Amino acid sequence: MKVLVPVKRVIDSNVKARVKADQSGVDLANVKMSMNPFCEIAVEEAVRMKEGKGHAAETASEIVVVSIGPAQAQETIRTALAMGADRGILIQSDTDLEPLAVAKLLKAVVEEEKPELVLMGKQSIDGDNNAVGQMLAALLDWPQATFAAKIEIGDGKATVTREVDGGVQTVAVQLPAVVTTDLRLNTPRYASLPNIMKAKKKEIATKAVADYGVDVTPRLTVQKVTEPPKRQAGEKVADAAELVAKLKSKGVL
Amino acid sequence: MAVLVIADHDGQSVRDTTAKTVTAAQKLGGDIDILVVGQGAQAAADSAAKISGVRKVLLAESAELGKTLAEAVEATVLPLADGYDAILTPANMDGKNFAPRIAAKLDVSPISDIVEVISADTFVRPIYAGNALETIKSSDAKKVITVRPTAFDAAADGGSASVENVSGGEAPKTDFVSEEMVKSDRPELGAAKIIVSGGRALGSAEEFHAVMDPLADRLGAAVGASRAAVDAGYAPNDYQVGQTGKVVAPELYIAIGISGAIQHLAGMKDSKVIVAINKDADAPIFQVADYGIVGDYKTVVPELMTALG
Repeated sequence: MKVLVPVKRVIDSNVKARVKADQSGVDLANVKMSMNPFCEIAVEEAVRMKEGKGHAAETASEIVVVSIGPAQAQETIRTALAMGADRGILIQSDTDLEPLAVAKLLKAVVEEEKPELVLMGKQSIDGDNNAVGQMLAALLDWPQATFAAKIEIGDGKATVTREVDGGVQTVAVQLPAVVTTDLRLNTPRYASLPNIMKAKKKEIATKAVADYGVDVTPRLTVQKVTEPPKRQAGEKVADAAELVAKLKSKGVL
Repeated sequence: MAVLVIADHDGQSVRDTTAKTVTAAQKLGGDIDILVVGQGAQAAADSAAKISGVRKVLLAESAELGKTLAEAVEATVLPLADGYDAILTPANMDGKNFAPRIAAKLDVSPISDIVEVISADTFVRPIYAGNALETIKSSDAKKVITVRPTAFDAAADGGSASVENVSGGEAPKTDFVSEEMVKSDRPELGAAKIIVSGGRALGSAEEFHAVMDPLADRLGAAVGASRAAVDAGYAPNDYQVGQTGKVVAPELYIAIGISGAIQHLAGMKDSKVIVAINKDADAPIFQVADYGIVGDYKTVVPELMTALG
């Protein structure tokens, strides 16, 4: 089974985003960038499918990683290759595309690559949209299994345990399908030095958005980006009795 | 202008997330219809009809809708979409699952997790784990929007809309296998007035429950957890409060042994009053807390139980 894993280069999850003074966006100059954490989980799961770790041996035969972003997104693809993916595709774009445009581009990649499974993060930690996987599934008329905490592949199906409100739900989707990953699916590995070296020799094809003949015209205009109202730190209280008295006077107890 | 609100419900009645989404819909203007999808959900549809300002309630039923499968919701909504300028639903796990799917089929850019309606085409939504708010204007003729319920007041009851049946969609390529729901007599996280939330400091699942459950029961509170506590297996995934878990805004949020990672703060910083109990005086949680006690939960929580009487 061929697996396609879309990955995104985003601000590192340990860095606090700062809004630009002119309210045009978030300042990404000189900020550490990394692979989106949910994408890392998707890459890890695909690699485990190939290794047979937690999955039937060689469930995945080939792992293709695709990223849409600036030239530096190549580093993100290299990270995935070092984790164990086989080859990469970079669709270069200097503007941050909307989920609809990303989904359309990925649809074009799927039509070219013909994977049986698209495994991807449920959301990127910059735009926080949580939309591309669902949209790609819709555009392809494929079933979807979002927020995966466990995936089993077999009999032409992916049986996925999903994190939902109130607990977990297990569904079986016919392949080909789109599965999006949640936090509890796995803990991604750190690439070993030999694998980082090996990854340097793996192929990355570079493409332009225009190569896919897809309309990526924005539908949304960002008018401004502002800082949320700040909460002020309150007071330290000495003990539980004082706390209860304060909460009673606030009317919340 | 007409707006369709896809309801969040438990089969018996609509959750207050639905009434809050109706408030957001009212800000767009125009007629508001509510779509209830499910199986055996007549009672939920009847309760939706009582929300004030609703023109009519549409009830769609099928086995797949009973499990809120995204493909089935999409198939139900698409034939109705022509009649509406906007489709809104709460940004809970179900809404997040099906709304983008509907948007893609309609060739529109979804607008996720809005916290404010500026006008019928302009909205405010959090990005970067709530560290920034973006104001976006949509040029799509039809809008598909998920609404962060905690950002809106619930629309009042007092309506008497009619309930009509519409055809329920199916999900031919997806089979429901099973579900495991966390059983609890406590209020749901999203609806609770008080939340007590535990972190990694609690050290084990046994300790988590031994400390949090009696306190929650004493306060009539829901129990939440930090991502660290959930990842460590101390609490079920459904308890997670934070950027990718549940976003909550209760009257009172008591964080116990939670350091306050930005991803956690993103999920609870809109609470009215925040209390932090942590033995590390420098923990970031104290920077957002109205009241803090620096101390070991092992002594503070029993004292709190005594003080509550």
